Amino acid sequence: MSLRKPSKEQPESFKFNSSSLEAAKTIVAKYPKDKQQSAVMALLYIVQKQNNNWIPLAAMKYIGKFLDMPYIKVYEVATFYTMYNLAPVGKHFIQICTTTPCMIRGAYKLVEACKEKISDNENELSKDKNCSWTEVECLGACVNAPMMQINDEYYEDLDKEKTIKILNTILNGKTPKPGSYRGRTNNEPENNRKTLMDLKNA
Amino acid sequence: MLKLKVNEIDVEVEEGLTVLQACEKAGIEIPRFCYHEKLSIAGNCRMCLVEIEKSPKPVASCAMPATEGMNIKTNTEFVEKARKGVMEFLLANHPLDCPVCDQGGECDLQDQSMFYGVDKSRYKENKREVSEKNMGPLIKTQMTRCIHCTRCVRFATEIAGVPEIGAIGRGEEMQITTYLEQSMESELSANVVDLCPVGALTSKPYVFEARPWELKKTESIDVMDAVGTNIRVDTYGWEVKRILPRINEDINEEWISDKTRYACDGLLNQRLDTPYIKYNGKFEKASWNEVFNIIKSKLKNVDKDKICGIAGDLVNMETLYIFKEFFNKTLGSYNIESRTDHSYLNPEKRENYLFNSKINGIEEADFIFMVGSNPRYEATILNARIRKAYLQNKTKIVSFNNIGELTYPYESLDGDIENIKKIIENNHEISNMIKNAKKPLIIFGQSSLKSESAKYIFESIKTFLEKNEKISKEWNSLNIISKNASTVGSFDLGVYKTEDGSNEVLKNLENHVFEIVYLLGVDNLKLEKKNEFIIYQGSHGDKGAEIADIILPGAAYTEQNGYFTNLEGKLQKAYKASYPPEEAKEDWLIINELAEVMNHRKLFNDKDELDSSMLNQINLFIEKNNSIKSSNLENLEFKQEILKIDIEDYYYSNAIARASKTMLECKNAKINLKLTGTEG
Repeated sequence: MSLRKPSKEQPESFKFNSSSLEAAKTIVAKYPKDKQQSAVMALLYIVQKQNNNWIPLAAMKYIGKFLDMPYIKVYEVATFYTMYNLAPVGKHFIQICTTTPCMIRGAYKLVEACKEKISDNENELSKDKNCSWTEVECLGACVNAPMMQINDEYYEDLDKEKTIKILNTILNGKTPKPGSYRGRTNNEPENNRKTLMDLKNA
Repeated sequence: MLKLKVNEIDVEVEEGLTVLQACEKAGIEIPRFCYHEKLSIAGNCRMCLVEIEKSPKPVASCAMPATEGMNIKTNTEFVEKARKGVMEFLLANHPLDCPVCDQGGECDLQDQSMFYGVDKSRYKENKREVSEKNMGPLIKTQMTRCIHCTRCVRFATEIAGVPEIGAIGRGEEMQITTYLEQSMESELSANVVDLCPVGALTSKPYVFEARPWELKKTESIDVMDAVGTNIRVDTYGWEVKRILPRINEDINEEWISDKTRYACDGLLNQRLDTPYIKYNGKFEKASWNEVFNIIKSKLKNVDKDKICGIAGDLVNMETLYIFKEFFNKTLGSYNIESRTDHSYLNPEKRENYLFNSKINGIEEADFIFMVGSNPRYEATILNARIRKAYLQNKTKIVSFNNIGELTYPYESLDGDIENIKKIIENNHEISNMIKNAKKPLIIFGQSSLKSESAKYIFESIKTFLEKNEKISKEWNSLNIISKNASTVGSFDLGVYKTEDGSNEVLKNLENHVFEIVYLLGVDNLKLEKKNEFIIYQGSHGDKGAEIADIILPGAAYTEQNGYFTNLEGKLQKAYKASYPPEEAKEDWLIINELAEVMNHRKLFNDKDELDSSMLNQINLFIEKNNSIKSSNLENLEFKQEILKIDIEDYYYSNAIARASKTMLECKNAKINLKLTGTEG
């Protein structure tokens, strides 16, 4: 991993829209007076949600003013956490877990699929600028490995074919169904097993 | 008091200290990079690890509070191993470029690696490389050398009040950066060079100039402003290579302003190295004898009331004293003055021109009211103290005018002098604020003393303070920020002529009453020359020398021993670090020799006689002054106007600074600095 640099192309200004503003105010209200700086991480996340999954520099300045804290302090926080995107990642941001359990279950096949369908490199926008992918560390769904996250939804129990199908749906502008792609409800056991009683040496 | 053991020695320390401070009390030095007495505790370099009994792991002593009964060990194998480990990690990414690094010889990392460094590296991977950052004309960066102690970040945020430096990224990619790509908007910025424990931030004007062990170090006093900052002058032969701060908790703590630090290259340029005489508008070199004889014949043929002497901003007290003796005794003239503008002076009592609460007292104050002052430019170090007071006590600060960014929030009035009347008549909210404060601080700046209503502003507020018992032996709330290093000294020695506070010599000078004008290092005087014969004595070929008919080359403040009294009335001695160039002489000597030429008698046999005579006079003056009762002036009038704040050309305020290339660069870099008027 290298130092994530802010995008060279930056919008000139940024402003919360009404729903973001409301959310931001609710969060700031949770903290005591003069300690509103504590809300910086949550506010950066709100910006990211509003602004197609990435945080422009103008937004950091905006948050600095919003919370009455120096811009450089916001900038420090934003560059520290890898989950804040400092460059455009597209409307559909695909994160593939490649930590050990997913890797063993074939996460790199998913990466191949992304390379074919979206872009050759990580963090590179697709041709229509709507999509990009990246490898991430554990997303906490090891039971349903391998898996990927697209924006707020998890897509689990995947293989290369299923991934390509999902990606095609997205590239066509539709939303695929989240969850397990082997017919499981959440992370229940497969083949209708409810207990481990019928298994020897389980 | 806490009782604890350090290396089996019993020590008693106050509560609230850290383990590191307790060890220092016990006389044991702990290596450190990130910890600094004047900054907040970060605890991120891990070099100060010590062993504490019952603690299974080594403890970072800078961040651990000392507690009762602690048994601290700093010399065990355990500690040494821990520190060696830390050092190995620090050196993993630190380049081995000490031979080309400006910090070499005074580098904390270099010194400490002599104790804790391992002789060879086990780190086989590539070292990281970090791009250089642009931090303006004063600070050179070499960020690959940075060990992320964050001292500079904390200094900028806490002391300088410009949160513009930060640490971005994480882990190996962590970088110290300023997003601005330009110099910091602070007059204290170059202190990060001293703070940096490695060679990541070094001094740009001093780059590759000298090694610390080659330099002669002389402890001295700064003359760029009236604060009397304690400095160390480093010289290589004749050249002053750099100026560093010296710790004085009562005045500058550990900081010096950028002007103090970097105007020193002006000592090499534009120097007057031989006497000159002006013939037909052109200067020609002359010998000392020639110029002295010309001056003698001129002075002898002119009525003594038609001669005047003006002393400048950087003149030391010995020279001021002999200058006065020369005028009073040799010439019999009393037309001497040290003010180069029409500022108001009430010399009746010493407290009328001093910063009476003392610089230390700022921290105790509970209300600060500034009248016509911009301390950020008039006394940078003092402004840092006000910021410190604000951070510590949330001191309420009000300014009579809006004066732009001061690095701390303040309220401002509109600057109408009518407000002063309201205040002294108890018709203003400020009146109650002053009355209710236990230790108020009223600061008069040059702009208020220069205005036409200066007498009214100063005297009526003083009377108001006296009536409300805010001027007493315990706390004197009357404070004046003097303009120059020589100001208080010259007032103490009586280098002024005034009846009602106005500048009589300057008035007469402007009316062309005088035929001979003796300028002693005066470069800030706006003078339309008519038929006056002007003698200029000074170190630099600046505005004063330009209009002179005869030039006597003198010495700069680093080239002669001299006393200076700072704005709080503290007498300090600046020591000779270098010597005057070529034919130039120390200032007092020139006047002494001139007196000998005039009267065949020296004023003083040697410097010691001059010093003791001057110190005697000062002591007598201060003793006498303490017993004087001040009289109150009443029924004064004022002009309806808005008090104007002089925007001084900070980087160009005296002859030395004007000759300095670095100051020019600073000026150009900050040319966009504007008063936005929205702060506060």
